[in-house]
Amino acid sequence: MYTQSMDLPGQVLLAGDSPEEQRFQARVDADAKIEPRDWMPEAYRRTLQRQISQHAHSEVVGMYPEGNWITRAPTLKRKAILIAKVQDEAGHGLYLYSAAETLGQSRDQMMAALNSGKAKYSSIFNYPTLTWADVGAIGWLVDGAAIMNQIPLCRCSYGPYARAMIRVCKEESFHQRQGYDIMLALARGTPEQKAMAQDALERWWWPCLMMFGPSDKDSTHSAQSMKWKIKRVSNDDLRQKFVDVTVPQAELLGLRVPDPELKWNAERGHYDFGAIDWNEFRRVVDGDGPCNRERLAARVAAYEQGRWAREAALAYAQKKARRETA
Amino acid sequence: MSEKEWPLWEVFIRSKQGLDHKHCGSLHAPDAKMAIQMARDVYTRRSEGVSIWVVPSAAIAASDPDDHESFVEPMADKIYRHPTFYRLPDDLEHM
Repeated sequence: MYTQSMDLPGQVLLAGDSPEEQRFQARVDADAKIEPRDWMPEAYRRTLQRQISQHAHSEVVGMYPEGNWITRAPTLKRKAILIAKVQDEAGHGLYLYSAAETLGQSRDQMMAALNSGKAKYSSIFNYPTLTWADVGAIGWLVDGAAIMNQIPLCRCSYGPYARAMIRVCKEESFHQRQGYDIMLALARGTPEQKAMAQDALERWWWPCLMMFGPSDKDSTHSAQSMKWKIKRVSNDDLRQKFVDVTVPQAELLGLRVPDPELKWNAERGHYDFGAIDWNEFRRVVDGDGPCNRERLAARVAAYEQGRWAREAALAYAQKKARRETA
Repeated sequence: MSEKEWPLWEVFIRSKQGLDHKHCGSLHAPDAKMAIQMARDVYTRRSEGVSIWVVPSAAIAASDPDDHESFVEPMADKIYRHPTFYRLPDDLEHM
């Protein structure tokens, strides 16, 4: 998902078995929330630091593909909606950075990790938004997938993360509905508009399925995260659920999901779907997707160009404080 | 040059006139005035609040979770502080 690279090899942190850890696990098993000042295993802390900061980075980088269309939104109404949505994403990033900070890493450390290219964020935001329909597809599919992942995170064992997720989920529904609304308008429009919607679905479908991360059998990190109740539903289960709810939504639009193997399986009560190109997934996560460099460059430029404003605001606050004490 | 982080503020929001201010999160801001302005943008985009307090995080003193046993639990065995402790006749009214 927004933190899909957590499940890649090399991320595994094993829990120990000390009396403190046993007490900690007992609290987690009893569904008690863990709060910032409570004792927690170092591996739990580091896992959450990585996961929450990755999640925050995804919200922030997620503004770029959509921000690309703010100046070119087809109507003033769509433009106002898109600005509100992108502003929400900035807010989601802030909620999450705050939650990550409670674990003892500073905002500057996280920003530096993102800007240096060291920190991961969701692979999905490394795909380009070529047409206006992509803005619709992102709201419908990307935010739809995000909701599916974030609802179980509202019950995550770490209190600040769970609370941030509750706030995010309340806002996310608007994002998905405005996306579907864009798709609906295009699908009911001229043949060219409908073709544009179809094209967007074709380009976003597979990257969206990759958002849920590696298959359970390749997801080395999942078991520990499940035990700690950081993660509550497996990657494959979430992905299946996404396919099951999204296919009828595509049918309602009169659009075709680009998967020849997609078929309802009455016996399983689920859709069967084709194989995901995991090589593409790896490539994009490792920095070689269509827009990785562009996204990072935009992020660094925004950070550097904002530096004078951050410094001036702080200098002004300090000057005022000095005058008040003088 | 080495960067200096803006200080951290805790944000409390009164959701409706007549209710308490409730902690809702934190943010970085150079001073109180900007902290309030940013809190408005971050935490009340959908009219979630009618009033905002911000407090420097560094100014908050907190109880220690490790003291839980000696600090909070002594209250748990004083069940006579609760009205339900008292078994009174069923035909007693207005009490």
